[in-house]
Amino acid sequence: MKRTLLFVLLTALLAMLLGACGGQQLECDDPLGCVEVAPGDPIVIASALVITGPNEQLGLDSQYGVEIAIDFKGEVLGHEVQLQPEDDGCSAEGGQTSAQKIVSNPQIVGVIGTSCSGAGVPASKIISDAGYTMISPSNTAPVLTDAATHEAGYLRTAHNDKVQGAAMADYAYNVLGVRKAAAIHDGDPYTEGLASVFRDSFTELGGEIVAFEGEAPDATNVEPLLTTVAAAGPEFVYYPVFIPLGSLITKTAKEIDALDGVYLAAADGVQSPDFLEAAGSAAEGMYVSGPDLNFANETYDRLLTSYQEKYGTEPLSVFHAHAFDATTILLNAIEEVAQQGDDGTLLIGRQALRDAVFATSGYQGVTGSLTCDANGDCADPKISVSQVQNGEFVAIWP
Amino acid sequence: MAQRFKDVDWIGLFLWLFRAAIIVLVLWGTVAKIFFGAGNAYSASDWIDFFVSGLSQGSLYALIALGYTLVYGVLFMINFAHGEFFMSGTMTATVFIALPLSASGFLDRNPIIGMLIILVVAMSISVGVALLTERIAYRPLRRAPRLVPLITAIGASFFWQYFFRGLYGSSLIPFPELQALQGKFSFWGVDILKTRAVVIVSSVIMLIGLYFFVMRTKTGKAIRAVAEDKDVAALMGIDVDRTIAITFATGAAMAGAAGILYGLVFRQVHFFMGFVPGIKAFTAAVLGGIGSIPGAALGGLFLGVIEAVGPPLFLEGLGIPGGHQLKDVIAFTMLVLVLIFRPQGIIGERLAEKKA
Amino acid sequence: MMAQLDVRNTIRMGLLAGVVAVSLSMIGMVEAFDQRDVITDVFSLGQLLLFTAPAIVGYMVVQRGKVKAYGPALFGGLIAGVFAALPIFALLILTLIFPNIRAQLVNVSPTLIGILAFGNGQVVGGLLMTAVMGILGLLGAAIYVIPDRIGNPLILGLGWTLLVGVLSEVLLNILRPLLPRAVLRFLFGTKGITFATAVILLILITTGIVWWQEKGREQAKARREAMSSGQQKTRRQVSLGMGLILLFVLPLILGTYLTEVVDNVGLYILMGLGLNIVVGFAGLLDLGYVAFFAIGAYTVGVLTSQGGLGVGHLSFWVALPIAVATSTMAGMLLGVPVLRMRGDYLAIVTLGFGEIIRVLATSDLLKPVIGGAQGVLQIPKPEIFGFTVIQPQHFYYVILAGVFLAIFLSSRLRDARLGRQWMALREDEDVAEAMGIHLVKTKLLAFGIGAAFSGLAGAIFAARLSSIFPHSFNLLISINVLSLIIVGGMGSLPGVVVGALVLVGLPELLREFAEYRLLLYGALLIAMMVTKPEGLWPSPVRRRELRAAEEETAPQIEQVG
Repeated sequence: MKRTLLFVLLTALLAMLLGACGGQQLECDDPLGCVEVAPGDPIVIASALVITGPNEQLGLDSQYGVEIAIDFKGEVLGHEVQLQPEDDGCSAEGGQTSAQKIVSNPQIVGVIGTSCSGAGVPASKIISDAGYTMISPSNTAPVLTDAATHEAGYLRTAHNDKVQGAAMADYAYNVLGVRKAAAIHDGDPYTEGLASVFRDSFTELGGEIVAFEGEAPDATNVEPLLTTVAAAGPEFVYYPVFIPLGSLITKTAKEIDALDGVYLAAADGVQSPDFLEAAGSAAEGMYVSGPDLNFANETYDRLLTSYQEKYGTEPLSVFHAHAFDATTILLNAIEEVAQQGDDGTLLIGRQALRDAVFATSGYQGVTGSLTCDANGDCADPKISVSQVQNGEFVAIWP
Repeated sequence: MAQRFKDVDWIGLFLWLFRAAIIVLVLWGTVAKIFFGAGNAYSASDWIDFFVSGLSQGSLYALIALGYTLVYGVLFMINFAHGEFFMSGTMTATVFIALPLSASGFLDRNPIIGMLIILVVAMSISVGVALLTERIAYRPLRRAPRLVPLITAIGASFFWQYFFRGLYGSSLIPFPELQALQGKFSFWGVDILKTRAVVIVSSVIMLIGLYFFVMRTKTGKAIRAVAEDKDVAALMGIDVDRTIAITFATGAAMAGAAGILYGLVFRQVHFFMGFVPGIKAFTAAVLGGIGSIPGAALGGLFLGVIEAVGPPLFLEGLGIPGGHQLKDVIAFTMLVLVLIFRPQGIIGERLAEKKA
Repeated sequence: MMAQLDVRNTIRMGLLAGVVAVSLSMIGMVEAFDQRDVITDVFSLGQLLLFTAPAIVGYMVVQRGKVKAYGPALFGGLIAGVFAALPIFALLILTLIFPNIRAQLVNVSPTLIGILAFGNGQVVGGLLMTAVMGILGLLGAAIYVIPDRIGNPLILGLGWTLLVGVLSEVLLNILRPLLPRAVLRFLFGTKGITFATAVILLILITTGIVWWQEKGREQAKARREAMSSGQQKTRRQVSLGMGLILLFVLPLILGTYLTEVVDNVGLYILMGLGLNIVVGFAGLLDLGYVAFFAIGAYTVGVLTSQGGLGVGHLSFWVALPIAVATSTMAGMLLGVPVLRMRGDYLAIVTLGFGEIIRVLATSDLLKPVIGGAQGVLQIPKPEIFGFTVIQPQHFYYVILAGVFLAIFLSSRLRDARLGRQWMALREDEDVAEAMGIHLVKTKLLAFGIGAAFSGLAGAIFAARLSSIFPHSFNLLISINVLSLIIVGGMGSLPGVVVGALVLVGLPELLREFAEYRLLLYGALLIAMMVTKPEGLWPSPVRRRELRAAEEETAPQIEQVG
């Protein structure tokens, strides 16, 4: 008993001695508290992206975007930036756990995530309540930035489904002039959301949705599905799904005579070279909605080169660009609000950081010109429709 | 005793109601569809498309199901990792053989030789992975309780999935398209996609070949002897370990071949491709009667066809939206239905009584 | 008997270790794990992964051959280590011949080559690697040769130090609020423990173990023996009480994130206890157990949600019993069609049932009722006497209560008449029936009670997340629950807890390596089952049975390698 007491006392003494050696303190007057980064310590940001399981391409791609953005940024105010990658598992429980892990580390300044909207719902609540700020590169569900359900610390650089689905409907109805369309989703909140918005917008414009079908994301035999769709006689088929199912549908559609001459269209879930490679010549002529990545953008070229060098693959999805923008916005905001001490200590106010990110306006990113609104939607509202021509996405509208 | 009978009757009544309900629903949907034209109007060729695509999917299920059935026959274990044998061979052959051959133009100049090389590589890798799994994860557990190998099989399934993901990456890999297999064959005025036809025909050939292998050859006899009784077989001078390994190898070879056919039809492969077909094939094996080769074939074909034809036929007839999404529901409901009528599967022997 | 060093076997095992090391490199684990330091700036986890193989194989060859003489043993270790390096050398040469190999093997990246070649060219680096691995093999062998008195504590000390390094993040999480920053900075680097910590730990642990072996064990034994039986009883009660108190204050120690992990483990324990009744007690293999979890979650979701889908807007505490009742009903209903099915037929049908529920939840068909792909949102947090349960720390107590209830019920049921009937059923259905056991009732009760626990877990799950999506209810959960009860030991209640801690808690702590989590999980399942097929904490009945079975069938000696 005596020995234990002695040990405790010694430890306490040691702790006090070491504690007394700290540098001079900056004043923190932020209502949500501050992160203090000691000299020589890195600034830690976290990511919560899906990096395992069937949807991992989506998250890995975003994580690569985050990592490249950190590389490009270099040091922030003399501090290295370090990423703590977490897995959102593309599920509500994964989002919850990763968020709890993130908020349990007070050194984390900001969060890039989540990948999936389902994970974003619980994660945005936890992260916002803890005073942190998160920017999602690929959540598209309208509910996340709905005024009634928006969490204070949540933003995103991905397009709200409402914008993208409506843009596709607009293009189909007004530019292509089709009146009968079909939509297919895979039961994922992202694809189902987009397909539903497309259906509603297209009907509103005066068109008719002749088929609204679902398919399992890991389906193999999609011929029956497409035969059913074809029998309904659409002029336009919209399937905003991910790459595996997307390329399968594209290839199979070419083999169905009744779908000859019917326009095929997908969304940014397939906007990647990986999809073009997988779908091959079958993708020729199809339409894809999404951010316009093809405009002469030097940063994006550098990003792409760096991506290929670092990870040895073509981009796995499109959201690395959104993740890159999200990370850059976050790091810029940190740079802007951090108070610097004489010895290099940084003090980052959480509310100040949040305000700075929300104040982003006219930021020229690789996904366009980004301006964040009060509900956290930052994406450039301009959605472009591109067409696959000679194995490349070529922006054709607007 | 009287008490018991009363209850059994009550349960029996419930089961009859259940059966009747499903059958009535299916019939009602079908009648509504065919005679009253509910939902989309399909042409005869549409129905043929449904059927043929289901048949080709079903023959893949059948080939994979063989692996489950063979292994179950000798070891009474569900080899959960079988879908991964299917994936491993295909992925490797695609990455190292098919894509380079296709890029160099060899594949289109010599489609038959090229496909044979791909097939052999895929089958050997699948066999290798299967033997390794058997050696490390199953053989030490011959005498363990029955659920234990099931867990190692699940472990092996995860392990191989993520091992191959690590090797070849997580992106989708396109399987090369064969010029010779583009377009359609025409049989008596019915157009069938060439790839589908090739898959169906080669599966049937392989199934028949396997049947003769198991029934007629010496090795096949050894497999059946071990399936019947390991101890007696060992007394008869059969090397049990070797025979079990051969069984695994045979199943895996079939899976490897199925993988290449899968590549031909769906033209894309990735590390997750084994999981769902694996579960479906297992379902098919049970549906047909696990332990029986013709059962696996029949189960696979039935499952493939019902998944393809079910949604447009009776689900649309019943006015259910998004029917194709529910094909798994149909598949598993049919499984329950069949097993209520015949607990041993369509043509299975009464394993349940004899060996379980 | 002094065995000879078998050179062929040594080479074979060395090569095997090398193949393992090269596989780990090729699948990207070495590179990914290199990001994390075990000892800051000295030793990364990737290197640990790479270099454990030669050290272990060096130890194993001499141990296998029982070579105790210094000369041959060290030589054997060296040979094994050198041969372990050969596959890596081969990979390096391969990258020289085919610089574009990355098109096929995506993870053979320049970074990996840099790690394997120590930043040198392939040939020089390869030679260097051979030398390093040879020395490690030698060291491995040396540990076997030096007297056990020092060798064993050294191995344990090394092992524990490395373990602390690997789990430094967890420790940091616990210690962060307790210790001042400066102390933390002294103990932990940015990504691992500091070199000083490692040295201190190694010395402390090794000397501690040496002391324990030499003196401590005797002393403790003597002290225990000196106690009267009354004192021993008090001591047991005190430690039990301490355990309970610890359980109650756990969230205070662990902090938010680790409590969240414990909550997760708790939910799995709850499900595991339920499935344990079905599989462990009654022997009915159920692979679709997630269905009842989903039903419980959706019931609470729909009944309490304040969003558009909510009906009733009930309080959580009213919805909870309804959810449990609904799950129980569903369990019994599923039980009816499968009454006559056995073993693997049962497995696939239940698996199918789980999938049916998930697909239906996703489908457009039920979208108007339960939200389809968009799930049920805005589920309120439970309130109790005006206090809202929000934080993981709050949920901890809700879950703890549930687990205690489930353990209490399970153990009472096990020892009751019903439990014995279940076990009779598990042993032999026909005999059980002949003994007059009411099969229908017994089976349906097993399904129903098992489902009830799962429904309870689902209900808490829904309230905890405030939103539920059909994707959360996939087959993986059923597999996880089944695995944990079997890894823990079938039919054993403490086994469920241990299994959940190992299979749910441990992977959660290694979240950082998420990309390889399932790979490690798979390997862990295999390794654990092959070495301990009866489970980590088998129930006494089971242990007895297995021992009996072993005696019956002459133990087969496996020839490995």
